Parts: sequence; structure tokens; C-alpha cells
Amino acid sequence: MQKAIKKYFPIFVLPTMIAFVIGFIAPFLLGIYLSFCKFTTVTDAEFIGLENYLKTLDDPEFIHSLWYTALFTITTVIIINVLAFAVALLLTKGIRGTNIFRTVFFMPNLIGGIVLGYVWQLLLNGILANFDRTLTYSEWFGFWGLVILVCWQQVGYMMIIYISGIQNIPGELIEAAKIDGASPSQILRNVTIPMVMPSITICTFLTLTNGFKLFDQNLALTNGAPSRMSELLAMNIYTTFYGRAGWEGVGQAKAVEFFILVSVIALIQNRLTRSKEVQQ
Amino acid sequence: MGTRKAKHGWILTIIFTIISLLYVYPIVLVFINSFKKKAYISKFPFKIPTDNMFVGLENYIRGIEQTGLIEAFGWSVFITVFSVAAIILCCSMCAWYISRVQTKVTKTIYVLCLFAMVVPFQMEMYTLSKISNMLKLGNPWGIVVIYLGFGAGLSVFMFTGFMRSIPLEIEEAAMIDGCTPIQTFFRIVMPISKPTCITVVILQAMWIWNDYLLPSLVLDQRKYKTIPMAVQYLKGGYGSVDMGAMMGTLVLAIVPIIIFYLFCQRYIIEGVVAGAVKG
Repeated sequence: MQKAIKKYFPIFVLPTMIAFVIGFIAPFLLGIYLSFCKFTTVTDAEFIGLENYLKTLDDPEFIHSLWYTALFTITTVIIINVLAFAVALLLTKGIRGTNIFRTVFFMPNLIGGIVLGYVWQLLLNGILANFDRTLTYSEWFGFWGLVILVCWQQVGYMMIIYISGIQNIPGELIEAAKIDGASPSQILRNVTIPMVMPSITICTFLTLTNGFKLFDQNLALTNGAPSRMSELLAMNIYTTFYGRAGWEGVGQAKAVEFFILVSVIALIQNRLTRSKEVQQ
Repeated sequence: MGTRKAKHGWILTIIFTIISLLYVYPIVLVFINSFKKKAYISKFPFKIPTDNMFVGLENYIRGIEQTGLIEAFGWSVFITVFSVAAIILCCSMCAWYISRVQTKVTKTIYVLCLFAMVVPFQMEMYTLSKISNMLKLGNPWGIVVIYLGFGAGLSVFMFTGFMRSIPLEIEEAAMIDGCTPIQTFFRIVMPISKPTCITVVILQAMWIWNDYLLPSLVLDQRKYKTIPMAVQYLKGGYGSVDMGAMMGTLVLAIVPIIIFYLFCQRYIIEGVVAGAVKG
């Protein structure tokens, strides 16, 4: 059968491959190359070695956005996963209205980050107005505003994944633990959590990468104000490209560093939580 | 699980009802404010619009006029529908080929698709906008090609995962009966792959519909806008933001999605779960 299919390569694979090369591979390779160049457009690129990379390390706004993003990501990963898991546990107890609650909690995920940013800007600025403050009063107002927004948005998504993980635990396992006299907290610690480890792996992975890559919500909610102090990494790279003439090469170098950072974190996270998974 | 009734179920139901109401409150707030005169929105966001604050549908009309929202809605639908259709058709074919033909080339393609899922958009954004400019892809048809290329990683990966589990005997039988590979694919493989198709459709449609950065960099903004671009345009296009028009636009951007969600929520939630488990 392999032979018969093999000659159909142009029909089956080529369309996807052409688009993949245009949309992904070519920009990626060109991006790596340009990160070692000085340029204002692609055609006037001039090779300058590591200079762009050295400049990124000298950019205080970039370093600031680096740890600002790290802090933001850690905060959201913890809050989202704890809340989502707790809600999932409660919503698998068969209480009345479970389906409606699930529908409501998931809903924000379908609305785009830009729209949500402006929705929350209205609400949070409205509340802060009582204290004569706005979201852009300091970087920490923006920080917590963004944390609240992102948690509100993503808890529902992760909850759905945790619910399916909890529902996949064989009922006998919990029955057996009960017969052996395990308390609810023991069941949670020794049966439920180990059994939903695959879901935990997925959800921490998703929240981690979402946190690092966050852009739309940041743009709409604070737009980096005050004076670029509430800029996350993705937005810092964006403003380097499009806000500072002559810094395109540095922007590209930041983007490569960003890519390496995201890949390394994804790899480490995967190793760590996968090793805790149990075979069913 | 359904048989295991909680002891104090009704307390939980009440608590969750309150939380749910708080959960939708931000959106309700925007809805209420969309009927207020623009000068009152930032000052009194929590007041119900009464006589002198109430402006009827004026904010909606201004929002539509300033952003070209109706057109933006059309382009959003166009881009989402055609991109998702292209992704489903091309990526499923590609995935079937690489799951059935084992060569160095197909293995490389598979690894590249895995790799593409990790790379953040910032890595590509500048060069992609330049390349699409050079190739004249800055229109709604061109962006379909880019979305196909960008969505290929996840989609090929998910389809391949499923198609490797389909027993070969079915396809072999079809081929022996005289089906060409193309007929085998469309008559046998595609119908079996329907659940994976639904998952990919949901994940990609959610992403493409709400995507802001890619279309704003690639599309010629004077001619084409998508809904997120239209919303952001209100902020960027004018010095001080017209809060009235903003509220109207936000409501109009949210309502179609919520209606769609209420009709298809079962598929959407199942799609997300299936996507997460495989991804």
C-alpha cells in the first residue's frame, strides 16, 4: 500500500508544505539570520555578529519585562491551576446546575484577548476610581489587573480539562480507598491527585506558555503604561520592532532569546511533571 | 460519578450561582454602559443609565461607523471559515500521507510540525510580515495561506496521532477493491476521522477568530480589518477613546460569539478536552 500512496506526494503533502514553508520555516530561518544583522528592511541586512544580543542585555526595559513576565507567569500558573482544580473537584460531585456553571466558567475563553482587555479596563478602572487611582497608576496595578483578567479567562478552560481527568478515574479505585477507611483528604492526596497527574501536566504546560506569550490582554488593558513598566516580554519585543527605529535587529535578537526561553521552560516542565505520572 | 450525591449539595449550588453571576458581571457591565452617554461612562460606570444618561442605540451606531464593524465581521467570518477549511483539508491529507508512508522526508515533516508548536509568534512576526508583503499575501486570501502554514503544526500532529490508530486493513481492503489513494482517503479515512476534525476545527477557529497580532501585521489595514483589529482601531485611531463607541463595539463583538457558544457548547467543550489530551 505504501508504494501506491507514495507517488501521490504532490497532492497530499505539497499544499501544506508550501504554506508551512511560507508561514513558518522561512520566517523562522530568516529571523535567526537577521538576529545577527543590522537592518531596517530585510534587503539591507548587514552581518554584525553578536552585537544585537549584547544590546538586549543592556536594555533595562527588556530585563525588567523579563522578570515582570516571570513573576506574572508564576502567579497565574499557581492561581489558575489551584482554582481550576478546586472548582473541578466541586463540580464533579453531581450538584444541581453543574452544566450551567461549567458553561458560564468556560465562556470567557471564546472571547478574544483584545475585547476582554477593554471589558476589564472599564470594570477595574471603575472600581479604582473610588480610590482616585487608575490601572496605570503603577506597574503593580497593571500587574494585578492582568492577573485577575487572565485568571478569570483561563480558569474555565483548565477546569474543563481537570473535570475530564477526574471523571476518568475508575470508580472502583475510590470505592476501594473508602472501604480501606481512607478519609476524604487522604483520597484526594493519594488517589485523586496522582490519577489526574496527566491533566496537571497539560494544564501547567498550557498556563505556563500562555503566561509567557501573553500579548493581546496586555496591549488592551494597560498598553505598557506607566512608561512601559507594565510591559510583558511579548509586548516588549513588539515595541522594540515597531516603536524604535533602527532597533529591528535587537528586536529580532530578543525574539530568538524569547523562543529559546519558552522552549527550555516547556522542556523542563514536561520532564518534571511527566515523571510524576502513574501508569494506569 | 453522577450517583455520588454531595451531602450539602444545595449550599454549593447557591455558592456557585453567586460566583456565576459575578463571573458574567464584567460583560453585563459593558452591556449596561453601552446605553449610556459617553461622558458618563468613565465617571459613573456602575450607574444604571437613566433619563439624561440614556442614549438608546447611538453608541452602537457610532461604533459601527467609526470602526467599519459590519465589514470587519464579514472579513472575520471569511478568514476564519476559509482558513479552517484549508487547514482541515490540507492537514488531514498531509497527516494521512506521513502516517502511511515511512520515509526520511515524512519523519522530518512530523518533527518540524512538533517543533512549530513550541515557537512563539514573536519569533516570526517581523519576518513573516515582510515575507507576506513580498509575496503579496496581505489580503484575506493570502492570509488563509499563512494561517494554513501556521496552523499546520498542531493540526498535522493531531491528525497523525489519530490516523496511526486506524487499522490498516480497512484501507487495504478498499485499495484491493480498486480505490485509488484519493478515493480511499475521502471515502474511508475522512469519515472515520470526523471526531478529530471537529476538535481541530474548534481549536483553530477559536484561535483565528480572536487573533489580533497576525492579521494586524499582515493585512493591509486600510482595506481589511478583522473584529479584534476594529476594536483596537478605536483606541489607536483617535487621541482620546470614545468610550460610548467602544462599549457598543465590544457588545457587538461579544454577542455573536456567545450565541454561537450556546448552540455549539457541547462540541466546543468536547473539542477542547480532546485537544488537550492529545496535545
